[in-house]
Amino acid sequence: MSTFFYSWPCQNAVTVLLVACVAALACHLARQEYWRLAFREVRLHKAAVVSFFILAFYVLVALMDSIGWRRPMRHPETGEEMRHAETGAIIYDAGASALDYLLSPISGHREKTYSAPLAKEQFTYETAMGDDGKTRRVRPPLAYPHSHLFGTDRIGMDVLCQGLKSIRTGIIIGLLTTLLAIPFALFFGIIAGYFGGWVDDSVQYICAVLSSIPSVLFIAAFMIIFGQGLPQLCLAMGIASWTGLCRLLRGETLRLRETEFVQASIALGSPSWRILARHILPNVLHLVLITIVLRFSNEVLAEAALTYLGIGVGADTMSWGTMINDARTELTRDPVIWWKLSCAFVFMLGLVLPANIFGDAVRDALDPNLRTQ
Amino acid sequence: MFAYIIRRILYFFPTLLGVNLLVFVLFFLVNTPDDMARQALGEKNSQPEQIQRWKEAHGYQLPKFLNTQASGMSKFTDTIFYQKSIRMFWGDFGQADMTLEPIGPEIRRRILPSLCITIPIFLASLLLNILLAMFVAYRRGTFLDSAAQLCCVLLMSVSSLIYIIAGQFFFAKIMRLVPVSGFLPGLDMPKFLILPILIGIVGGLGGGVRLYRTLFLEVINKDFVRTARAKGLGEGTVLFLHVLKNAMIPILTNVPIQLLMLIMGNMLLENFFSIPGLGGFTIMAIAQQDFAIVRSMVFLGSALYCIGLLLTDICYSVVDPRVRLE
Repeated sequence: MSTFFYSWPCQNAVTVLLVACVAALACHLARQEYWRLAFREVRLHKAAVVSFFILAFYVLVALMDSIGWRRPMRHPETGEEMRHAETGAIIYDAGASALDYLLSPISGHREKTYSAPLAKEQFTYETAMGDDGKTRRVRPPLAYPHSHLFGTDRIGMDVLCQGLKSIRTGIIIGLLTTLLAIPFALFFGIIAGYFGGWVDDSVQYICAVLSSIPSVLFIAAFMIIFGQGLPQLCLAMGIASWTGLCRLLRGETLRLRETEFVQASIALGSPSWRILARHILPNVLHLVLITIVLRFSNEVLAEAALTYLGIGVGADTMSWGTMINDARTELTRDPVIWWKLSCAFVFMLGLVLPANIFGDAVRDALDPNLRTQ
Repeated sequence: MFAYIIRRILYFFPTLLGVNLLVFVLFFLVNTPDDMARQALGEKNSQPEQIQRWKEAHGYQLPKFLNTQASGMSKFTDTIFYQKSIRMFWGDFGQADMTLEPIGPEIRRRILPSLCITIPIFLASLLLNILLAMFVAYRRGTFLDSAAQLCCVLLMSVSSLIYIIAGQFFFAKIMRLVPVSGFLPGLDMPKFLILPILIGIVGGLGGGVRLYRTLFLEVINKDFVRTARAKGLGEGTVLFLHVLKNAMIPILTNVPIQLLMLIMGNMLLENFFSIPGLGGFTIMAIAQQDFAIVRSMVFLGSALYCIGLLLTDICYSVVDPRVRLE
């Protein structure tokens, strides 16, 4: 089961499904006047447009890293496809993502150990025999000089590639966490606000209990019970964060319930589910979208801190958190190895800053009441 | 007002009981004592008798909710739920899983170092953020306002890890102005604490200024402020007398809850600067997979939050009478 879950066909299907859902939702919304006006307002905001394209680039890289396939193994010398000795079936390798194949020219440039960005020689000294027979400490030349934009790490891997490979983790954390929380928050928030009474009381009680646990501590408890990893982290962060949105939606539903069009619908005898689906849900969607965009950057930043605390994605998943974690010991060396930290910093800032600017623009466009002006 | 306050206090206990139950479910039903023993002992040493011995040493061998073998009250008290969960209500946190040391005294010992770092950060940030936000709100709509907003977004977009690592690297390692890390009580303390405190302030600056600016602008756009201007008051008087006073209501009523959460310490700062506070304690427990300590910290954190929320709500009802009508 779990092997299928992590296999490429399954991952590709999930990725395509997600993209299709987002595209369908975008098309649906683009037909409505309110959303078209909001999009137009965002388009007028220059910084937001630039931010949008940067974000689109990040998402594209993440998508490329989520789609992959296996290739037949080839003989290292003859280049022939290798076949199973008895059945004659083609043997496939473990597979890699589209991004891996794209990056293979760079990531294939392995060095022996640390090298500074765009350096010609290795960063560490080695003992070598000179022409005159004396041994001396030299910096051996790199196998691929001037080709590593962010240098290489302890085992000679290109740091730029790691930064790029971490994008997928960052995007997944930023989006999936909130996406997981939304169904619960929508369901409970709307029924609490619409039905009131004991439904409201119990939903409020659950929210009060969950939100009274500081989220770092809740995530810590969750992660030491279920172990580190990307799915667990998304789930833990989602559970820790859905109550805020739930309360927001409950409040908005309470307000909507008293509006004329909902009251008219009740008076005409529409069933509750119909009112909820046709009148309440479309009118709270903007809050959901605002929550997604505003929370995105916080989740990305939180991932780094949580991974550092040992309750994040774990050392085997590439992420900016693990990169910063590695960089901590590198900074204590003398001379300092600074490029891994810088790479993680640049990539994180490159995602979080546009996300913040874009998020603010979307919020201002969708909800003029929340506007900071 | 008293009716509201009493109702609010009565609401406090079910919430805390809910947290207690949730913690119990997570730590004893989802992750059973057998799992804990297996994790602590490692795969190799997980024979049934070894697991039993580990559970007995840690007091996890008892039945979960009802002890049918005991008599009288101990039917209920000789259970994991009572011994490990209910007893946390009066601060009896039991012993750590790994070291078998009592947790309660350790927590009391670590509160002070945590407060030494979080209280200065809190007070200085509050003052600085409010002053800066007032200034930005005063110059709203100008170039300075947009520049300040951009700075805030920039500051908010940097991970707190980067602030800590960069600060420690430049000020302690390169410039050698302060020790890299450590903690000493007494007169030497400021030397160790000044850098973490500064980093803490800078780390919260962006979000804080932006939030307070929004709060101030909300009040500035109110009718009574326009009236104050209309009757000829200067912008300074309006800002300090009318705007600040009213904007301080939401700011100050949130202070109790924030003050109590300060006890939990700042995990990252305490870890990087080796300050023996509660945040560092939690990180240590996470690293050692010590379920008892994490359990205690989760409950303590929620209890402090609930008390803080209670005090905040009471403050609100005293300051703003409209709240009581709800």
